[in-house]
Amino acid sequence: MSTLLQQTSRGFYCPRGDFYIDPHRPVDRAVVTHAHTDHARWGSRLYLAARSSEYLLRMRMSPNAEFQFADYGETISIRGVKVSFHPAGHILGSAQVRLEYHGRIEVVTGDYKLGSDSTCESWQPLRCHLLITESTFGLPVYRWPEQDSVFDSINHWWLENRSQDQCSVLYGYAVGKSQRIIAGLDPSIGPIFCHGAVEKGNAAYRQTGIALPPTIHTSNAEKSQRWAGAMIVAVPSAHGTPWLKRFGKTSTAMASGWMAVRGSRRRRSFDRGFVLSDHVDWPSLLESVEACDPDTVWVTHGYSAVVARYLREGGRDAISLDRWQRSGTDKEDSGRERHDEETSE
Amino acid sequence: MKLFSELYKRLDSTTRTNVKVQAMTQYFGCAEPADAAWAIYFLSGEKLRRIIPTKLLRQWAAEEANIPAWLFDESYTSVGDLAETISLVVPEQKIETTGSLSEWVEERLQPIRTMNEEQQREVITDIWHQNPADVRFVILKLITGAFRVGVSKRLVTRALAEHTGVCAEVIAHRLMGSWNPTPESFLRLSNPDIDDAVVSQPYPFCLAYAIDRDSAPDSLGKIDDFAAEWKWDGIRGQLIRRRSQTFLWSRGEELMENRWPEIETAATLLPPGTVIDGEILATKTDGEVLPFSQLQRRINRKKVGRKLLHEVPVVFHAFDLLEQDGNDLRSLPWRQRRDHLESLMSRLQDPQLKITELISARSWADWTEIRTHSRERHSEGLMLKRVDAPYDVGRVRGTWWKWKVEPYTIDAVLIYAQKGHGKRSNLFSDYTFAVWKDDELVPFAKAYSGLTNAELREVDRFVRTNTKEAFGPVRSVQPELVMELAFEGLQASTRHKSGVATRFPRISRWRQDKAAKDANTLEDVLDLLPGSSAGGDH
Repeated sequence: MSTLLQQTSRGFYCPRGDFYIDPHRPVDRAVVTHAHTDHARWGSRLYLAARSSEYLLRMRMSPNAEFQFADYGETISIRGVKVSFHPAGHILGSAQVRLEYHGRIEVVTGDYKLGSDSTCESWQPLRCHLLITESTFGLPVYRWPEQDSVFDSINHWWLENRSQDQCSVLYGYAVGKSQRIIAGLDPSIGPIFCHGAVEKGNAAYRQTGIALPPTIHTSNAEKSQRWAGAMIVAVPSAHGTPWLKRFGKTSTAMASGWMAVRGSRRRRSFDRGFVLSDHVDWPSLLESVEACDPDTVWVTHGYSAVVARYLREGGRDAISLDRWQRSGTDKEDSGRERHDEETSE
Repeated sequence: MKLFSELYKRLDSTTRTNVKVQAMTQYFGCAEPADAAWAIYFLSGEKLRRIIPTKLLRQWAAEEANIPAWLFDESYTSVGDLAETISLVVPEQKIETTGSLSEWVEERLQPIRTMNEEQQREVITDIWHQNPADVRFVILKLITGAFRVGVSKRLVTRALAEHTGVCAEVIAHRLMGSWNPTPESFLRLSNPDIDDAVVSQPYPFCLAYAIDRDSAPDSLGKIDDFAAEWKWDGIRGQLIRRRSQTFLWSRGEELMENRWPEIETAATLLPPGTVIDGEILATKTDGEVLPFSQLQRRINRKKVGRKLLHEVPVVFHAFDLLEQDGNDLRSLPWRQRRDHLESLMSRLQDPQLKITELISARSWADWTEIRTHSRERHSEGLMLKRVDAPYDVGRVRGTWWKWKVEPYTIDAVLIYAQKGHGKRSNLFSDYTFAVWKDDELVPFAKAYSGLTNAELREVDRFVRTNTKEAFGPVRSVQPELVMELAFEGLQASTRHKSGVATRFPRISRWRQDKAAKDANTLEDVLDLLPGSSAGGDH
């Protein structure tokens, strides 16, 4: 049986319904998994996305873009293909896209994670014939610690910096990671300031109804602001720039899955690295494949060749979609570029 | 063990040497002597004799993690460190580590070596399952022997000096040779009675002032007040022979052990109580001094192979005598010290110990003329020493002068920029420069210094707004800015795309009057090479 989806140079295409999922280039009809710029790109005529991503998407996209939103689980029929969105647990409004046509079911995970996150709905398994999964952290070295223990160490680090009259600067991607961090911070320790790009994301989260502790845009700080003891949540590209100078003595840290490996932390010379990721780690990637129990897995975006081979050896039909991927490629840079685009204040 | 892995974490999470020294000092303050001794051993770069083949570690780790061997290898390739890969892939259990560093090394790790494979496997996998990931990572580091955490023996010495209150030279002496990691050795380090170390103690070096290139040297005084020697580009050293022991100190007050075996052997001929100031130079048997790039091949080699010993023979060029028969000669005038040195050296007759040549002249004009031939001898110019001056401590104006030849200069185009370190880590301050080869710009030198702060900021702004591409930390920029580079020497090199390597390049000025097309060509650069038709001074 032929598949509902095809891989094309513009992204995943469904010929039966004539739409694309997360297209790389402008198309007529784009189904979008989430609001990160490598998935939601400018220039398409019509975007279809999950309802809870509305404010984030509108913030990110051209004001002239045309949108259609659907609730999680709601089915929309596009030329006979039933399309629905289901929580992916990656960031606010992130969705897996489920397609169904004449009993055939295919699922695109987009980016996703298992495990807890108070700022978005949790991932749900979807039984399907074809599962297209990401594999950003598809190596057994990536096993995420419990979120609570990570937040404990972040707050502990903040306290420690405060006791040494230092300002804490914590880097995370502007949309998603930063808000997850902020939701986990203990606001009784001190004031929380945000880089402009992060503060914009906060606004969209709050509009959607996600509770975050109070935050202040750094540019709105008082002239006399004492930064010692404060927490600054900023985008990673601010690291090592003159923007940081105003905060005086700082301790810097990065929150990312890449921080699990010492080399990634050392290469960018952060004082600390906290392992906090919005992607599936190795065990949860395998767990989700088991739960969805597809006949075929297409692996994309990351260590796809490794994951596909491992699944095949386990008896499941799996192929890697990143054809030119060298084995053992260090994906750190590509991973960073992907969310790192809005940096200016 | 927990304390030591905490120390490791602190050392690993900073690039600032002061913070590292502080972390070590605190560790030495609270560790048991037996543990502190092992910590010194590992932090100084020593490792345990192989406990177990890494092949077995990889195999067992893959099995414990329940992954195939190829997947372990993929993970290893991605992480780049065996100890870290193992501690990441083997599932972690929430258990506290017990036992101290010395107990771990002596009672748990070293005995593994003599066990059979089955027992070894049991002990190793127990270690993995009974320690949290960050601690077992450090334990694995001890086993695999690649303990690199950005700490040198010198930093350890500094921390020990701070901890014990004993000066760093004495600590360095006490850590010399095959230092045994025992509690007694550690306690001996902090012994305030430093008599044992006096034997190795060097004198502070006397340093030369540079003669202002624009002023005439005859302003220094009468020619009879000075003696002249060639100025070489070597490694300054103090050679000490006392109580049948030899010590060779660098100017950075570092003991250079086993690095220059031919000099250490020759030094056994020195009478007891002798201290000579001089310079290590790569020198052929006929006395010709080789360029610094040859000497560089031997620097930082802890052990020198036979091939290198043969290709780059070194000679200690003696130029001053600081101690004779145990008497400090430093207050004597240079002329008398030189007389003593000459008579000492004439008695020795060892090819590895050579006295420097004095260049006689009747006028400043003579020396000025002779100096123009410096480059033909791989020399940097002349050294002028006041004949009636004592051996001063540090840089004292008027005692010694270095009179270098004019540097080479080339106008080159800025093509790559990278952020600097420390306080320049926010600024694009490290540059690569290129010269023209036909229509192409060929990179030929890197330079990090020479611009004023205001100029640095201006170039930084230029880089940010004119970036073409970013490769990791390096930006390639529009080839527009032209700088005049000055450098001391030039060597043909197969390792550089341009075919030349520069010695001590720096920016002498920003040629805002020039456009990229006006920069020099590679041909201009090659013409400066020693031996080329247009070579020599320029």
